[in-house]
Amino acid sequence: MSWISASSRTSHAFGTPELSLAAKVWQISRVFVVLVLALGAVGVLGQYSAANGHMEPWAGRHALRFGVLFVGMIGIALIDIRFLARMAYPIYFANLLLLAGVEAYGKIGGLGAQRWINLGFVQLQPSELMKIALILGLARWFHDATLEDVRRPTYLLAPLAMVLVPVGLVLAQPNLGTGLMLLMMGGAIFFLVGVRLWKFGLLIACGVGAVPLVWRFMKDYQKRRVTTFLDPSTDPLGAGYHITQSKIALGSGGLWGKGFLLGSQSHLNFLPEKQTDFIFTLLCEEWGFWGGVSLLTLFAMVVAYGIFVGLRSRNQFGRILALGLSINLFLYVFINTAMVMGLIPVVGVPLPLISFGGTSMMAVMIGFGLILSVLVHRDSRMRNGEI
Amino acid sequence: MNLPADLPRRRTLGRRAAMLGGLHVGMLGLLGARMYQLQIRDRERYQTLADENRIAIRLLAPSRGTIVDRYGTPLAHNERNFRALLVAERTPSIDRTLATLQTIVPLNDDDLQRIERDVARKRGFVPVLLRDNLPWEQVAAIEVHAPDLPGVTIEIGDVRAYPLGPAASHLLGYVSAVTEADLKADRDPILSLPGFKIGKNGVERQHEQTLRGVAGTAQVEVNAVGRAVRELARDDAQAGPKLTLTLDAELQKLAYEKLAPKRSGAAVVLDIHTGAIYALASYPGIATDLFMRPIPQSVWTELVQDPATPLMNKAITGVYAPGSTFKVATALAGLSTRKVEPDHTVNCAGHFTVGDHTFHCHLKGGHGRVGFAQAFAKSCNVFFYDVATRAGIDAIYDAASTLGLGQPSGVDLPHESAGRVPNPAWKKKVSRDVWHPGETPSVGIGQGDVRANPLQLALMVARLASGSAVSPHLTKTGVRNEWSRLPFEARHLDVVKSGLEAVCSPGGTAAAAQIKEPGMQMAGKTGSAQFRRITQEERDEGVHSDDLDWDEADHALFVGYAPANAPRYACAVVIEHGGHGNTVAAPIARDLLLEVQKRNPGAVV
Repeated sequence: MSWISASSRTSHAFGTPELSLAAKVWQISRVFVVLVLALGAVGVLGQYSAANGHMEPWAGRHALRFGVLFVGMIGIALIDIRFLARMAYPIYFANLLLLAGVEAYGKIGGLGAQRWINLGFVQLQPSELMKIALILGLARWFHDATLEDVRRPTYLLAPLAMVLVPVGLVLAQPNLGTGLMLLMMGGAIFFLVGVRLWKFGLLIACGVGAVPLVWRFMKDYQKRRVTTFLDPSTDPLGAGYHITQSKIALGSGGLWGKGFLLGSQSHLNFLPEKQTDFIFTLLCEEWGFWGGVSLLTLFAMVVAYGIFVGLRSRNQFGRILALGLSINLFLYVFINTAMVMGLIPVVGVPLPLISFGGTSMMAVMIGFGLILSVLVHRDSRMRNGEI
Repeated sequence: MNLPADLPRRRTLGRRAAMLGGLHVGMLGLLGARMYQLQIRDRERYQTLADENRIAIRLLAPSRGTIVDRYGTPLAHNERNFRALLVAERTPSIDRTLATLQTIVPLNDDDLQRIERDVARKRGFVPVLLRDNLPWEQVAAIEVHAPDLPGVTIEIGDVRAYPLGPAASHLLGYVSAVTEADLKADRDPILSLPGFKIGKNGVERQHEQTLRGVAGTAQVEVNAVGRAVRELARDDAQAGPKLTLTLDAELQKLAYEKLAPKRSGAAVVLDIHTGAIYALASYPGIATDLFMRPIPQSVWTELVQDPATPLMNKAITGVYAPGSTFKVATALAGLSTRKVEPDHTVNCAGHFTVGDHTFHCHLKGGHGRVGFAQAFAKSCNVFFYDVATRAGIDAIYDAASTLGLGQPSGVDLPHESAGRVPNPAWKKKVSRDVWHPGETPSVGIGQGDVRANPLQLALMVARLASGSAVSPHLTKTGVRNEWSRLPFEARHLDVVKSGLEAVCSPGGTAAAAQIKEPGMQMAGKTGSAQFRRITQEERDEGVHSDDLDWDEADHALFVGYAPANAPRYACAVVIEHGGHGNTVAAPIARDLLLEVQKRNPGAVV
């Protein structure tokens, strides 16, 4: 029994080891914390540069939020994973209600664009938090599942609904980027728990078949984003302008960049949304190829650490949670950077911890807290069907 | 505890996590490759694109070249013009700023509407014109109240000034805003500068390319909305060079003043040796600031409908039947073809018959037997009906063409008319009819279809007096004295010149207008061009051309040169509907020829 030898440190107790608060704090990975702090620091520098070398209006608030959320991350890391598992469904459904409520309120109140709740220091978008809630919910569901369960199609209907309901709500907002991310997240977790590949093949085939249908229901601006992506030169001053200018900024940065605060494209406002979605472009213009590669490496290390944490956990809930959150982070980074480099269409996905914006930072920091919680409580053993 | 079940699912999870991890590595590799492509392989291309983005070339307007007369007196120059501008984004409240400005500079509703429109249309940092041509006191007041007028700045610009005013308005032309048509015709990017003005008529238009100067450029760093952040390099504009005309400003003014008591007319004075134009006036002139701002429709309609045609430069564009002044050409036609000899005489009984058509002399009883001298002096029509009939229309056409009629003189001004000397070929072209012998006598006395502009008439006497193919010019470059000789014998020219001297001698039609100063006497020919033919019925009823309304009366003409014994200056005067050449046009020509001899501009090269 490999689990016995692997848990020799806690063999005095049958079942779950109970850790003191101090022991839990000690268990928090210092490497991970340093990586997160490094990302936060890059974010503040980026925001400082985006404001032409001023703390106002972005860098100061960015640093403050990061500080508050960092404390929150540590706090979440200390929460018992069994409690998290118990709370997984309530959190999922509460979030779903919030999402539906905001959607309904937005429609009723005639505030079509208002999809957030003001919490004071951040404006909360339920669609961002839904990603975490979905991972929690799916982790909880598959925690109870044996491989045999997973192989039964009927067993997959409930988790499929857990994915598709929020995706539908988010797409209706309409928020294409977040909707697709939720879909990919769900797909990744299904894949991880061992759903047969042919089932994915079937679903993808259905999805491709549905493309013409989806196209019909897409808003004009969403269609334009896709067509502009396919040929940005057709509309150099319209939607394609963003991609073109972003590529110019990136390319002109060269190997070593133009230097901190010296990015002409960014500072002369050719770069749109430079403090949010296009912050990676600004950083690459000023820090060059090596700066960009370093930042991507930093993210890759965080993701790899998260996967490592997941694989080391002794409970399926923790494994799925940490892996799902790591994949979520990777998707954020990939979609954002691929977008600003003109590899995929412009979808509003921020760069975690670097882009200005409270909700995404909050979601990412909660995710980090949960990964740390999985790490701290990696030896908690939870039986199937029992938490 | 269902622990054994955990192992297979943990293995699957591990395997699949590794697969996803591999996918992640692949995707990261894709990102890295894209970054390599953009930032290393294509770096230079994007660097260039970034610089093109960043650096904008701004044109700097050159100041327009001044125009001076032969003595260096300014005819057109640039004056400083103080303009108040508003940068909308620098004021918290446009309304309040405008209200404060109103206490210093009164703005009318038109101004306010225009400002409101410009503010709405232009970007916040682009200055909007509030008011130009500000007097100094208002400029000072605005500067003093600057703290209460956020966003208001004073700019010094150029405005074209014409010291001679209406007197040289046609000759010099004007400058005005660039139109769409101008932009199509001229690709010079400077035309697209806001507020840039180009020459639209006269000398301003003729020498537009020279006067305009060469635009400078400034390389400025701009941001995405086009706001200049700083200047990187500057290549200053080159002002247009000074343009010197052959004109004599004083003489030009005098010509205009002499025309002013009349309702409409034109006068030209030129140098017989060089072709230099000393005065070229058309009355009425136009206010020189007329075209500087949009013209109200009512004012424009009034100008267009004015029978005195103030918008036309009558000295080169207006065409008139030359009347008796054309007898110069008729005489030379007859003499040069040897159809008549210098001692030719005709008995004038007051009328002349060709076929079944009778032509009248202006003296009812007739002049009796007259030769060239008396025929010119008395302006006997019958004599010239006879000469014309003998010479034939082709000879008249040749002589008139040689003297410069019927084709543009080639003077360096726009909108010169060609005039017309009719001949059988022309008639066939316009009416598909043959030339009737009965038409020749009319042409012989400058009636019928003969048309000439005042400059051509001055040129005609200049060529007669010099016997050479002198051509007029207005720009003082490359003064010419050598012209080819005309194909007329000197003795034939002398016959005509003697005739013109007789006109201004006792007994001649212009005797009263003779210059008294010794050695300055003029020779010339009067003319009264029929504008409306008096019918036989009216003639029977005793209607005389003097009884007609202004706009039906004859045009009064005079062409002449001085000094009579050594011709140097030629002059032509046309007074529209002025009546008689001898009493109306001749005195003006006399005054101009006297003054030009006194000033003697030909002595200043």
